Amino acid sequence: MSSPVPATLLSARINGRSVQVAVQPHHTLLEVLRYQLDLIGSKQGCDKGDCGACTVQIDGEPQLACLTLAVHAEGRDVTTVEGLGDAHHGVHPLQDAFDRWDAAQCGFCTPGILMSAESLLRKAGRAVTPDEVRHALAGNLCRCTGYTKIIDAVVDASERMAPDAASSSTPEPSAP
Amino acid sequence: MPDDPHHDVPEAAPSNERVEPSTEPAAPTGESTTETGQRNQPTERWQLGRTHRKVDAMERMRGITRYTDDLKLPGMLHGKIKRSPHAHARIVSIDTRRAEAMEGVFGVVTGREFPIPYGIIPWTPDENALAVEKVLHVGDGVAAVAAIDEDTAIEALDAIDVEYEVLPALFDPEEALASDVQINPYSKKGNLSKKVLLEFGDVEENLERADLVIEGEYFFEGTTHAAIEPHCALAHVERGGSAGDDGLLTVWSATQVSHYLHRELSKVLGVPAHRIRVLQPPLGGAFGGKSEPFDLEFCVAKLAMKTGRPVKILYTREEVFYSHRGRHPMRMKYRTGLTRDGKITAVDAKTILDGGAYSSFGLVTTYYSGQLLCSPYTFGSYRFHSRRAYTNKPACGPKRGHGSVQPRFALEVQLDKAAVALGLDPIELRRRNDMGAHSTTVNEFSIGSNGFLECLRRVEEASGWPQRRPSLPYGAGLGIAGSTYISGTNYPIYPNEMPQAAVQVCLDRSGRARVFSGANDIGQGSNTMLAVIVSEELGLPLEDIRVLSADTDLCPVDLGAYSSRITLMVGNACLEAARRLRTKVRGAVARRWEVSRRRVTLAQRKAIDIEDPDRHVDLAQAFQWAEEDHGLLGEVGSYDTPKDRHGDYRGGTIGASPAYSFTAHVAEVEVDEQTGVVDVKTIWVAHDCGRALSRRIVEGQMEGSAYMGFGEAIMEQHVVDPAHRGVHPAPSLLDYRIPTFLDTPELHALIVEAPDPQGPYGAKEAGEGPLHPSIPAIANAIYDAVGVRMDELPFTPPRVLAAIEARRAREAAGEIQPHKGTARRTA
Repeated sequence: MSSPVPATLLSARINGRSVQVAVQPHHTLLEVLRYQLDLIGSKQGCDKGDCGACTVQIDGEPQLACLTLAVHAEGRDVTTVEGLGDAHHGVHPLQDAFDRWDAAQCGFCTPGILMSAESLLRKAGRAVTPDEVRHALAGNLCRCTGYTKIIDAVVDASERMAPDAASSSTPEPSAP
Repeated sequence: MPDDPHHDVPEAAPSNERVEPSTEPAAPTGESTTETGQRNQPTERWQLGRTHRKVDAMERMRGITRYTDDLKLPGMLHGKIKRSPHAHARIVSIDTRRAEAMEGVFGVVTGREFPIPYGIIPWTPDENALAVEKVLHVGDGVAAVAAIDEDTAIEALDAIDVEYEVLPALFDPEEALASDVQINPYSKKGNLSKKVLLEFGDVEENLERADLVIEGEYFFEGTTHAAIEPHCALAHVERGGSAGDDGLLTVWSATQVSHYLHRELSKVLGVPAHRIRVLQPPLGGAFGGKSEPFDLEFCVAKLAMKTGRPVKILYTREEVFYSHRGRHPMRMKYRTGLTRDGKITAVDAKTILDGGAYSSFGLVTTYYSGQLLCSPYTFGSYRFHSRRAYTNKPACGPKRGHGSVQPRFALEVQLDKAAVALGLDPIELRRRNDMGAHSTTVNEFSIGSNGFLECLRRVEEASGWPQRRPSLPYGAGLGIAGSTYISGTNYPIYPNEMPQAAVQVCLDRSGRARVFSGANDIGQGSNTMLAVIVSEELGLPLEDIRVLSADTDLCPVDLGAYSSRITLMVGNACLEAARRLRTKVRGAVARRWEVSRRRVTLAQRKAIDIEDPDRHVDLAQAFQWAEEDHGLLGEVGSYDTPKDRHGDYRGGTIGASPAYSFTAHVAEVEVDEQTGVVDVKTIWVAHDCGRALSRRIVEGQMEGSAYMGFGEAIMEQHVVDPAHRGVHPAPSLLDYRIPTFLDTPELHALIVEAPDPQGPYGAKEAGEGPLHPSIPAIANAIYDAVGVRMDELPFTPPRVLAAIEARRAREAAGEIQPHKGTARRTA
């Protein structure tokens, strides 16, 4: 059994909760999330930073968990797709829009896309354009949809979350 | 039962005139507000053709769906497969002793333990789970280990010593066909994997008499599926209890063909099928890339049997590329004869398929390379001669649009060349050759409904073709292409007389339905399609319907997600079961209301009196009444294909389908004459799916198909490098380029509905057909933009630039006129 180096204790906040876990120094954040903490929402599509399916947020910024060593998350805030709906009664407006628009076919790339899209919408704080979506999500590959319905869903969610649209359509509170 | 619309189907008089409703039938809420029960008026369909929230999508959005690699069992071991670094070599020896002695290693297997060959096509079993005597391509599996963790498994692979004697490797199919070196030891005809020669009518004579003969040579590069989820499998053996001492082997796999996997596991492992259970967890994309058994499924099963512990193997992305089974490279020579007014009198095709090291579906692919071309156009005569060669490369197989995307590219470019030569509008030329509904192809397939003309009309109109095409400047262009595809095949992969699809539907007294189906939902939404049918027939909203699919212990046999068969075949089986239950429930309600059964309809979670809509009862109550009358409410439905719709000749069944879909694309491109970069701006895709059971899902299939074809046209190349002994130069999702958000054109999906009597409510396929015209439509648009023919894929900047420069040289020499005359921009 290979344990060439001793494990280190990682302390981080994951989806708002303090977590301590013994990790191998060469293991990625994705491996620790998926296989040690059972947060299986973040997906492994390539394990080398090409596909974006593992995208999580570290201190609010989208990051590729497969290219991030777990120890790099020490003392930081990590949000995965499992935590995305926490401030929205369990379902983020993006998740609802993806469901309405059929923006996920197989759904394997979806968690990563949602984490990139949430960052775009939070920073914009207003309705976004299709071109803004294309640029913000250019690092996330989807092989099923042709992207069309994903763009529709993200734009739709941003319109529902925009401050001036809050009264009209969405029952969910707007983004932080 | 004239008052109830659910019994009109199959539609009596299919037409090719039906167009989609101009308005969206429902807001995208998954809920319907349709009123039923107008007195003496047929009720509207309350679910069909609307948009729906998929039955299993929200869990995916929330990250709680468990795909295969998300499963974890107590005591689970991690497996890895050692792979060949050589393209062709004899295995002199394998020494596994060092690996077996390592701490944390629980088991090792090699090809010696898998002597029985298998293959998805029963006539061509030519691969072993692990190599026995030879490796046939770089990446061929030679041994597998199961260890306590992934790191240990990787180290153990390094401790397996394999001695090889390197053999000459063949990478070119024509060289392979001419060589004495036999690649696949099971082949009976050297390196010829399959040959098909079929002729319908007198091709030579018709070519002789044609007013115009277009000759062309085309090359379609290989491409791969690149589903974002890598292949993964997990196996476990339960012993004791009801499983007995022999045990029950359970295999969870990211497969799109659970049933065929079940059969092959039984054969290769020597375990009776009734002691094997195969489950397909939710799947992260497939596109044909998971439609046959792979080495990891046999290895996890064998290692679980040997070690007594659960074993999981997840392919690396590199292994996915080497396992491949993607689109065959094809070199195609075409001669097309036409009359002066544009009628196709003869098509002559000669094709070489580069098959790679194994047969896979190759027997079928070789037929499909010719058999699926004979619609939507009438051919006066047709001949095709296709040969598939073994080469020392990862094996090719079925990718979305199996076997027919490549010849479709050749034919549709041929037609574009003919239109230019005859001075005809290319859409008009296609119209003149349209075969129409209820016709027979030159190779004797029966075509049912046919919406091709409507598809042409829709893309012509949406793209502004008549006004815009003549006025686009040099560098900008529009191109058209059409196609057809099958909705499943009339004959299953292994010959048998049993139904191709079966579904069981159970109702319970809580007012809920459970649907058991062996079909594989691979992201295309087949579980939702089944729920929509049950919802339509039984009046339940989708959230009251639970679909349990792809579990060989719980579900009736279904053949799987391939050849676009599920909506038509499994949909028909489901419809039959649901209608049997509908009859019972309506009868039970009618009895208590003392009215005739035809006055009772089921919708919106209620049983409703059509003639007195204020009288209704909750479905839960209605189900309880039916259970009082009939006992437990469960019905099965099954579907088998018509056996009289194919050609009466050897091979005449291959490619024959109950119903055919039709597609037309217009692509708009801008070509940069300085760089050769092709920017595909927009693709309009019109697709005749017979009947859209769930509109947004159909649109998604059309958009995803157009996208995938676009990628193949512009950037994708699955090749190995002979100069580096057969290594794949780009086995990653960065280097094997697939389109990103920024690359992908605007896609406009235009649904056309020509209901077919064979389909459930008239439905035909939508998952593969809409890919085909992308590639030739882009090629033809490039010609319209800059006047060069792109006969080799993909249309990379160097190729396009070379073609533009070659044309310029001819223009400078006075051989041809500048393209688009004076409208040409200056450099």
